[in-house]
Amino acid sequence: MKKLKTPEMVIIDSPYKAPGKTRWSLKEKLLLGLTTQQYISQALRNPFNWLFAIIFTIGVPVLAGRFLFGLSWATDSSYDYPWGLFLGFGLFTMVPLSSSGFQLGTAVQIFGRHDLEPIERLALLNGLLGYFFAVCFLLADLGQPWRLPYPMFFSFGPAAVLFLVAWHVATYLSVQIAEVSESFFEWIGFPMGKRAIHNITLGLTVAGIILSTLHQGALGALFTYAPGKVHPLWYSASYQWLNFFVSSMPAGLCMVIVVSTIVSKTMAWRCDNNFINNLDKFTITLARGAAMGLATYFTMKLISIAHDNKWEYIASGWGLWYVFEITVGVLLPLVLLTFAIKNKKVGLIRIAALMTIFGVALNRFNTALITFNWKMAERFVPSWREVAITVTIFTIYIVVYRFILYRLPIVYSWKAEDEKALARESVVKTSDYSSVDDAMQPAVAYVGRADQLNPLPGCAASEE
Amino acid sequence: MKRRDFLKTCTICGVAASLGSSRQAWGVSFEGYPDRMGVLADLTRCVGCRSCEAACNREQQLPAPSLSFDDQSVFEDKRRPTEWAYTVVNRYETKKEAGPVYRKIQCNHCNEPACLTSCLVNAYTKTKEGAVIYNPKVCIGCRACMVACPFSIPGYSYTSAFDPVVKKCLFCYDTRLKYGKSPACVDICPQEALTFGHLSDLIKIGHERIREMPDKYVDHIYGEKEMGGTGWIYLSGVPFDQVGFDTTLGNEPIISNVKDFLGFIPMVLTIWPALFSGFRLLATNGKNHLNLDSKQEDAEP
Repeated sequence: MKKLKTPEMVIIDSPYKAPGKTRWSLKEKLLLGLTTQQYISQALRNPFNWLFAIIFTIGVPVLAGRFLFGLSWATDSSYDYPWGLFLGFGLFTMVPLSSSGFQLGTAVQIFGRHDLEPIERLALLNGLLGYFFAVCFLLADLGQPWRLPYPMFFSFGPAAVLFLVAWHVATYLSVQIAEVSESFFEWIGFPMGKRAIHNITLGLTVAGIILSTLHQGALGALFTYAPGKVHPLWYSASYQWLNFFVSSMPAGLCMVIVVSTIVSKTMAWRCDNNFINNLDKFTITLARGAAMGLATYFTMKLISIAHDNKWEYIASGWGLWYVFEITVGVLLPLVLLTFAIKNKKVGLIRIAALMTIFGVALNRFNTALITFNWKMAERFVPSWREVAITVTIFTIYIVVYRFILYRLPIVYSWKAEDEKALARESVVKTSDYSSVDDAMQPAVAYVGRADQLNPLPGCAASEE
Repeated sequence: MKRRDFLKTCTICGVAASLGSSRQAWGVSFEGYPDRMGVLADLTRCVGCRSCEAACNREQQLPAPSLSFDDQSVFEDKRRPTEWAYTVVNRYETKKEAGPVYRKIQCNHCNEPACLTSCLVNAYTKTKEGAVIYNPKVCIGCRACMVACPFSIPGYSYTSAFDPVVKKCLFCYDTRLKYGKSPACVDICPQEALTFGHLSDLIKIGHERIREMPDKYVDHIYGEKEMGGTGWIYLSGVPFDQVGFDTTLGNEPIISNVKDFLGFIPMVLTIWPALFSGFRLLATNGKNHLNLDSKQEDAEP
């Protein structure tokens, strides 16, 4: 919060309290350089924390109850609606919103758009947390969550799409942990680890693209198991996976737009100038990608309907609902984004981004829950406990997200001068001259990269 | 690229492709085990006595229901199999003056079961005797089988906190079918509405009955072809859609819908790495971006 930044407060963005002086201790880093007393009092001043406290007071006991008393106590899952909110929201919605990691990774590492680096880490973190909490939602939903590793080690069903989802989400989660750990290693002061990760970045990025293509698509392909249950307008045997994959792209990019907006509004103290000053530029770049994604998605949707000649369904009640989803969730944001990009209206981009997220989320809800079993009279209605648990897990997601953004160098860069010093330290320790060049190389690179960003904060950014 | 590197890449891609295609081999069409058993259910013979429900309850040691099996009031609702009842009989009012039609519902024991193909831990097995059985010891409880089953058969013991499992008709595999005996519901039926035997024979019997009494039967055996063929097949005197059968399912097994995607997997696994490494090569001109920042790049001639 803005209130967090008090005159006496020092913002931690390097290993040392002052150039060449003592290092920050881990406790100081964790408490953001405040004393315990100060830290607690600022936490209590924050109204969001009170809201979170209320949610947790109700939600955590309900969450515990789900594991003690079983699924029938916590959810309304029936035989006909085996998947409820935990998967409908937690898995099918959270995962496309987390496709940001692989997209920004691709832009920066594969296509060499290093100008996007300041926002790449936010996109990677958004991806990691989204996947991690999708797995948490899955654990809440599985009948026997303690058997989660079974498809990995114990009993294989390789013909099943879910088998692929399980393997890919697990491997991609590891890939994302590795990608984000670069900033963790900077923060904790472990340059060796950072260098190790940096050397395999390309491999990680390509692995990320493969795994994302396949499991974003696989989530859609899951519904091709239920051709009689998913409404024909939301179903396409040939294109289901493509629709899910393509729509995940604008969803992930728009999620970064929305999150970066929230970050710049609520924790401006944590952002460095490079992030804040370039945010509008980044937003427009991301919006360009999102607009292209939305246009492709819209075309895919039309092809899906035309391919199986399902136009007649548009005239039904569900058809109107479908038209609503496409208009408000795809077409309108597409028009708004295009207009806003052209006229550089960043505020409008942010509204359109929110609408895109809504559109993709509504699509997943429609496919998995709202129109599911469309031939039956009974509709899916979640129980209050199911809603409470979903809100609680999502709130934990927000709290963890904030905790990490406050600390790790995600929206600011870790001071590079110190990196150099650290690298030198480790080189001197080894006292092996042949390795000096190797060891210095990455460090030099960091200095080079950060030169634009740091030594005279603000100057480099304003030059551009 | 050196020749050796090229060959190495080719070998790796080839191995990866063959791994990918072995996954696809699961998707080839499967006609079913030749000697599989089945049941022919003749709806014109069923009188709705519910003795099959009672027999199933006893055989599978399920809890006693709140209403006794003599109670006819259950027919007021359309029921489906649950965790407490692996088979249920529903009553349908039709235009025929002969009175209502009863239909027994239980697992159809498909030739290519959707539950089996959707299961990521291989909890389901199609035995050579024709039963689709379930292994509760490996089930993680994702309930994809319940989503996938086109007949909405599997139930789930949601009420159990620590050992919830899928509950469905198992063709009395462990207690009867394995030893060549007919399932409990068939044994008890007083009307001989259910006939147990080799599926291939049952299909012949079914067509025989239709041929002998064309006025009595609709000229169709439900399950002979539906969803790739099922182990339980049905004869009816009224159109099948009037007695709760889904006649829009088509004859392809569920896995056919998923093949498009499964076939795409090896392509992504083999082509993407080369494609995107290639993009990077093109976009960054082959320079190691680690040693490059914009200034150095500008400084180069």
